[in-house]
Amino acid sequence: MDWQGQKLAEQLMQILLLIAAVVAFVVGYTTASFRTMMLIYAGGVGVTTLITVPNWPFFNRHPLKWLEPSEAEKHPKPEVVVSSKKKSSKK
Amino acid sequence: MHSFGYRGNALLTFAVTILAFMCAIASFSDNFSNQTPSAQIQILNINWFQKQPHGNDEVSLTLNITADLQSLFTWNTKQVFAFVAAEYKTSKNSLNQVSLWDAIIPEKEHAKFWIQISNKYRFIDQGYNLRGKDFNLTLHWHVMPKTGKMFADKIVMSGYRLPDAYR
Repeated sequence: MDWQGQKLAEQLMQILLLIAAVVAFVVGYTTASFRTMMLIYAGGVGVTTLITVPNWPFFNRHPLKWLEPSEAEKHPKPEVVVSSKKKSSKK
Repeated sequence: MHSFGYRGNALLTFAVTILAFMCAIASFSDNFSNQTPSAQIQILNINWFQKQPHGNDEVSLTLNITADLQSLFTWNTKQVFAFVAAEYKTSKNSLNQVSLWDAIIPEKEHAKFWIQISNKYRFIDQGYNLRGKDFNLTLHWHVMPKTGKMFADKIVMSGYRLPDAYR
């Protein structure tokens, strides 16, 4: 996922869970059935999991531009230099 | 939110927190229920009334208990625990409560009942004060919820009196 996708996933997760909770409570209260509330909420949690946890393509609409391998070869990493000056200063 | 585990953990934590809030609100909604229970207890017979060898009075009663506790049940009720207690005053204790009978009512349909039994638990005094004693029979109930706060209340029925002499 890209950054935008991660933000979207978090927001979607929070909104969907809240909606599932509100719907579950209202339906459960009006039908006087605690069991119904729990079942609807469990279903809502399952649906939210399916939507927000897997790495769906719509979470990757602003992909990060990583450096191409061919470009990377043109700019080699700087080497670590162990100089004699350093050794003498540690005495 | 960069991995399955991260997102899964966030979702699970949030879901359980919301569940806790839902249960709290469900319990709070019990405050708005309209409760109108009613009950009547009749003493049909004093089976016997003796002083026990260790010096305490004991009486055995046959009770006729009629009650309608259906309005106590809400959507958040698991069961109602009801019990009948004999309450009286002695010189030693300002309040004596002796439980005579109890029952667990699991469903609303069973909450309107009529039962005739002798006392389930023994009515034994601390001492020998029961002759000619005026006492109340109180029906207590505990409404046990599926989640949240338990409500307890009672109906006091007065005017009962034990005989003046042992039988």
